[in-house]
Amino acid sequence: MKHGILISDHEKAGGGGARRRTANTNANSEVAATRSTPAAALADANGTAPAPGGPKWTARRRRVVANLTGWSFAAPATLIILGLTLFPAAWAFLISREHWNGIAPARQIGWDNYRLMAQDPDFRSAVNHTVLFTVLYVPVVLVLGMFLAIALNRKIRFIAFYRTALFVPLVVSAAATGILANFVFDQQFGLANNLLRVLHLPRQGFLADRHEVMWVIALIYLWTDLAFSVIVYLAALQDIPTDCLEAARIDGANRWQQFRHVILPSLAPVTVFVGVWETISVLQIFELILTTTHGGPLGASQTIVYFIYNQAFNLSRYGYGSAAAYTLFGATLIITLGLFAYARRSKIEAF
Amino acid sequence: MMRRYSFSRWHLLLMPLSLVFLLPLVQMLLASFTSNADINRFPPRFFPSALHISGYVRLFRDAPVARWMLNSAIVSGIAIVSHLILCSLGGYAYARLSFRGRTVAFVTLVATIMIPTQMLMIPTYFMFSHLGLIDTLGAAFVPFLTSAFGVFLMRQFFLSLPKDLEEAGRIDGLTTFGVFFRIVLPLARPALATLAVFTLLNSWNDLLWPLIAINDPSKFTIQLGIINFQGAHHIDWQELMACNVVATAPLIIGFLVAQRQFVQTMSMSGLKG
Repeated sequence: MKHGILISDHEKAGGGGARRRTANTNANSEVAATRSTPAAALADANGTAPAPGGPKWTARRRRVVANLTGWSFAAPATLIILGLTLFPAAWAFLISREHWNGIAPARQIGWDNYRLMAQDPDFRSAVNHTVLFTVLYVPVVLVLGMFLAIALNRKIRFIAFYRTALFVPLVVSAAATGILANFVFDQQFGLANNLLRVLHLPRQGFLADRHEVMWVIALIYLWTDLAFSVIVYLAALQDIPTDCLEAARIDGANRWQQFRHVILPSLAPVTVFVGVWETISVLQIFELILTTTHGGPLGASQTIVYFIYNQAFNLSRYGYGSAAAYTLFGATLIITLGLFAYARRSKIEAF
Repeated sequence: MMRRYSFSRWHLLLMPLSLVFLLPLVQMLLASFTSNADINRFPPRFFPSALHISGYVRLFRDAPVARWMLNSAIVSGIAIVSHLILCSLGGYAYARLSFRGRTVAFVTLVATIMIPTQMLMIPTYFMFSHLGLIDTLGAAFVPFLTSAFGVFLMRQFFLSLPKDLEEAGRIDGLTTFGVFFRIVLPLARPALATLAVFTLLNSWNDLLWPLIAINDPSKFTIQLGIINFQGAHHIDWQELMACNVVATAPLIIGFLVAQRQFVQTMSMSGLKG
């Protein structure tokens, strides 16, 4: 078998070599003859010496070399990324169908974790907090982000200061933000209650009050996160051709009409993008909860990802935690695709 | 014609808002220099009666903060170098080279952007444990070695470059690697700067991976360090705020120095998705 392949290869190579030789003689003998054999003309024009194996062998070798080169560029990044995303994603699904505390052997329990979850009041309240937070927060950040971007998109005095002041919280980590928030909203010494006292308003519990806690967390999150949507909107505003606005002005559009009919439509794709982005990140809010309230008081600020973290790393219920993680993943995916579908139907080219 | 810098009504909105946004950071800085007696006084005052550095002295005595900062610097340094190398190699492959499986691999890669990292924490924890990364700095930097977003960003940049220079390089006899390192990479400086800032922000500020994988205080990153420090010193506000100042200062200074680059990076992340 091996011999057979070798022989046939050799024959092919020989055949190719023979063809090449004839072509060369033709090319050497007469110019007219060269024109009649395109292969030789090509070989000469490229000025490359044909490989000893012949054209077919060379083509195959070239493809192998191209594949090797391509993959040696692409493989390191590709393998690491897939190894850190697809692989654990698949594994998480397997874990979600197990009863497992990380030490004792796992027990296969099918969909029991998911069934249990549907009846778990803690999980349900975590879902409620997260969904309510998302529904209230995302529209606010979209409107505020667009409004502030329009405000910052002009040449006025102090504009550099305004931009710096509004953007700087973006580089402050969730951990530092949480600790700072604990100080600012401290019931006795905090800046927030101090301001209320100066204004002769009643003192508030803030992070310690179960009815106020999610609102305060939304406010803190807005502080760290608003700059992102402002920056994205600002970049989009600067892409609007000035001709369009000028044309609208010449046609007699007032400020509001310019905004409504020129600016707003051209911001639609960015709005879809920022909306999806904010939805995904708010559905996963976790680090701020961990550094401020630990889900308290009395579970009033427990979000889905904090629930997952707590089940897995405090209670060692890895299977149950994974089931919750997968549920959130599925929900996120459906919401994201839904928003994209909505955008497509409204003829907004988001991406 | 509008006069430059005539009074704009937008100031009435922007000035108070800017001050409100800065207020927490200013208070953090002030509190780190205010004695606890001053902080705990009632009624509280915004400005301290005297400035003390005792908070910082106590901080560096009580906790290995310098070590945590060094750990974070190592993590971010490795993450940035690795990001720059792997993402530009990968981005170039997906922009310019043709090889088997290219389309499938690229589509899969971009699709993984949709998988949120927080949901992978349980299997990733066990993966780290199998790889022996628990209680090592590796747990903090391995997730940031490269990213689908980075590959995507570099690919978009390489696609925007004209092909002529690369072809000229080939005619001069350079190999694919030669073309990449001698011609393409020097042109990619703006994209690489964006990628570096992106990686710095993500890796320096990350809390999730060290949180689940590192228990040894000598291996803490600064973010994990301040969280644990808060747990242990929850009454000493001066020391806590000093700790917060130390943790946030590098990026805030970086932001003030290279604001344009930071803002550009953030708006480029608008490409993500």
